[in-house]
Amino acid sequence: MDVGGDTHRRLVVVGHGPAGHRLVEALRERDAAGAWRITVIGEETRPAYDRVALTSYLTEDADLAFPAHDPDVTLHTGDPVTAVDRAARTVTTASGAVFGYDALVLATGSSPFVPPVPGHDLPGVFVYRTIDDLDALRDHCAARPGAGGVVVGGGLLGLEAARAMQGLGVDTHVVEVAPWLMPRQLDEGGGQMLRRHIESLGIAVHAGTPMAALEPGEDGAVARVALSDGSAIEAGTVVFSAGIRPRDELARGCGLDVGERGGVVVDATCRTADPAVYAIGECALVGGQVYGLVGPCNTMAEVVADQLVAEVTDAPGQATFDGADTSTKLKLMGVDVASFGDPFAATDGALDITYTDPVAGVYKKLVVSDDARTLLGGVLVGDAEAYPTLRAYVGAKLPGSPEQTLFGGTEPAGGDLPGATVICSCNNVTAETIRCAVRDEGLTDVAAVKGCTRAGTSCGSCVPLVKKLLDAELTAAGIEVSKAICEHFEYSRAELFDIVRVRGITTFTQLITEHGQGRGCDICKPAVASILASLGNGHILEGEQAALQDTNDAFLANLQKNGTYSVVPRIPGGEITPDKLIVIGEVARDFGLYTKITGGQRIDLFGARVDQLPEIWRRLVAAGFESGHAYGKALRTVKSCVGSTWCRFGVQDSVGMAIRLELRYRGLRAPHKLKSAVSGCARECAEAQSKDFGVIATEKGWNLYLAGNGGMRPRHADLFATDLDDETLVRYIDRFLMFYIRTADRLQRTASWLESLEGGIDYLREVIVEDSLGICAELDAAMDRHVAAYSDEWRDTLEDPDKLRRFVSFVNAPGVPDPSIAFEPERDQIKPVLVAGPDLEVVSR
Amino acid sequence: MTADVQTGPAHTAPPGTATRWHDVCGYDDLLPERGACALVEGIQVALFRTFDGELFALSNYDPFSRAYVIARGILGTRGGVPTVASPMYKEVFDLRTGQCLDDPQVSLRTFAVRRTPGGRVEVALS
Repeated sequence: MDVGGDTHRRLVVVGHGPAGHRLVEALRERDAAGAWRITVIGEETRPAYDRVALTSYLTEDADLAFPAHDPDVTLHTGDPVTAVDRAARTVTTASGAVFGYDALVLATGSSPFVPPVPGHDLPGVFVYRTIDDLDALRDHCAARPGAGGVVVGGGLLGLEAARAMQGLGVDTHVVEVAPWLMPRQLDEGGGQMLRRHIESLGIAVHAGTPMAALEPGEDGAVARVALSDGSAIEAGTVVFSAGIRPRDELARGCGLDVGERGGVVVDATCRTADPAVYAIGECALVGGQVYGLVGPCNTMAEVVADQLVAEVTDAPGQATFDGADTSTKLKLMGVDVASFGDPFAATDGALDITYTDPVAGVYKKLVVSDDARTLLGGVLVGDAEAYPTLRAYVGAKLPGSPEQTLFGGTEPAGGDLPGATVICSCNNVTAETIRCAVRDEGLTDVAAVKGCTRAGTSCGSCVPLVKKLLDAELTAAGIEVSKAICEHFEYSRAELFDIVRVRGITTFTQLITEHGQGRGCDICKPAVASILASLGNGHILEGEQAALQDTNDAFLANLQKNGTYSVVPRIPGGEITPDKLIVIGEVARDFGLYTKITGGQRIDLFGARVDQLPEIWRRLVAAGFESGHAYGKALRTVKSCVGSTWCRFGVQDSVGMAIRLELRYRGLRAPHKLKSAVSGCARECAEAQSKDFGVIATEKGWNLYLAGNGGMRPRHADLFATDLDDETLVRYIDRFLMFYIRTADRLQRTASWLESLEGGIDYLREVIVEDSLGICAELDAAMDRHVAAYSDEWRDTLEDPDKLRRFVSFVNAPGVPDPSIAFEPERDQIKPVLVAGPDLEVVSR
Repeated sequence: MTADVQTGPAHTAPPGTATRWHDVCGYDDLLPERGACALVEGIQVALFRTFDGELFALSNYDPFSRAYVIARGILGTRGGVPTVASPMYKEVFDLRTGQCLDDPQVSLRTFAVRRTPGGRVEVALS
């Protein structure tokens, strides 16, 4: 079949899996002139498909096919190559077809290893590699409803197979000969933690127990898996996923070298001893190793494409395969698992640092050099958020101590963020855009950055990150970063707090006259208002304080996009009587408000005009409601699950504790909003670990978690203390909140505050538990003063005619509603309509 | 930023007529460094009394959010200039000229405002 007289060169690729497919695509891309005429010969009837995503074929019915090659590529499928004649430069297929080649690439992949245990060839025993395998597995399981199944092999692919099998409704067991799961990637601690996750999903794990035999049932198909410890698992289906063996039989047949444990021996250009023959992917033994991950296999394909192009252009091929990074991060059945660098501390003198949180199911290990300064590798299970950062640091000096890296790795300093990271998702502004703006425009403050890039001008949640980027850029440029809160004060918020506290200052005017300049702005005024409120200076709308408040605090409600406000009555712990629910419903109905259940287990009423707020609140206060402070940088809610009172699994009264905490801290003003939750057992239905302070019940008391966050940059709270009694729990939270209020920056949530604290959670423990700063008595007294002085802001406002007079739309027409506010119906409720604005007042752009 | 066009006699007095002052409230009804809104011939006028006691009047319409909220902003200074910050997205405007200090292409309409000897506040639309 040799094409005489053709000036083209002929490439034959044996095997159309991911590596073969990648090679063809890479070569077509680089060989634009088409100097290579390509023929691909595949064993499977299907063209190449995405084997990595195999499981999704069963679980989501996904289409795994790769994009087709261009029509110039000849694809010959369903007909395996059976022999290579290197002297004649031809290959022969099972059907007898003969193809001549100038270059041959073996991309035959691997086959699953099936250990020769008795019964391994019984009906009902499968492997997990091809779509045909999966189809057969599915049909078999469907024919035996109720029968259990066993996956032999607890590696990456075995766990995938287990997930697929469970998805087919089979009661699934995993048998792993090693003492723990994923032994190639994980150390024992990581493997054990992964096991807890897998078992919690209802999959039984038998680790460290080799299989003895597969035993048939009456119909001759497999019915039982006998283990070497004498036990047995009833199983109508068995899947072998116990490793791979390279498909190197063609190479053996034509006299090419293969490795002791299989694999076609190739050099760094993936070439065999025969210069016309290459091998790539899982069938290749390169640098003494066979690679089973798609990344290295793709790299080999690119290397060979480079060599082939070099052959027809006379330019030397540059690319070589110099080993591969086998770092892995994946989500296995919803569990984050990552392994990178040297996860087993195999390097001479390597030390490891481990952290285990059995409650959260998190295991972290860092492997470092003997001086603990260079990162060598690590293992992460249950929380792999730090993986990208840590991966990047392998082989490099750690930016901080190992424990800072382990626990602080989730929030990169602004200076470390990759340029392409989107900082402001509202306006799609990247870190690089902000850095360039700071550098090229010479910007020095956040307001200027906002004006120039529009970052932070919409929802504003990225402003702290914008500030970090700005500071990092200024520091890099040698410009001293000012801690000044704004142009009116040279102090940070924490410093202002101390000035106010120590000097006993009670008004903004006194503070700015003695310690600042100008008349303040929308940054320092609300910050000072918050400080004054945290220190207990009466009603927030009293006297001069009223002029410091942001509009939300000024009207004790939340401003919405059309200038109306929303109203949130406090529902402590999310517990509410039917009568009170009815009142909320009646108020909403009577004032025509849009109602929505919030994430904090309460009810938000939208669309109130300022002049309606007092009337709404008169009704709510009369029914026993009080302000929910949804408008304030203050405690919002303490969510709870229903707890031991009702729940079959609850071990403590989570609702009672949530109400106690919410009533204790209601009205507490802080640098930012505060959220909390109490869960009645380790199932954590209240999601306490995403809160500023979260409490989870244990058999013996309460576990306290601090500095979690949902929102834009989610952060799991850190476990601070375990098995606390009620009183100790409350004391620790008192101190945590007061210490945060004293020392945090403006608009800094507890999560970023803790991450900026030198020494982190350990330092916080020293301050709160051991009183290392000697301030606990002060903090306790401050919280006691807050609790004693609490009074409902809305009730007090309703009783004060001076304050009530401000709740009008128009000072010259108190009864007239704002005509610009309009609504239209949507899903049986109202939604705001923005009316046309006057063009005379805007210079259009 | 584009704004929808609204025409009508309410915006501009006919040429040649004398300034017409509208009484809106008592000077003491305005709290220092807090705004209030007056409805004058259908136009929303944001009134401000600064810490020094000076009066300013601007459009209540915030072109960035397209809501009528300027009167509810926080007063202050920027580099000595008296300012108000929109309560919606915090753009800052010069109280004297209406010029947005964060976006040179945007400014608010301003109105004449005065305190009468009798302690009243009056606004003129043109």
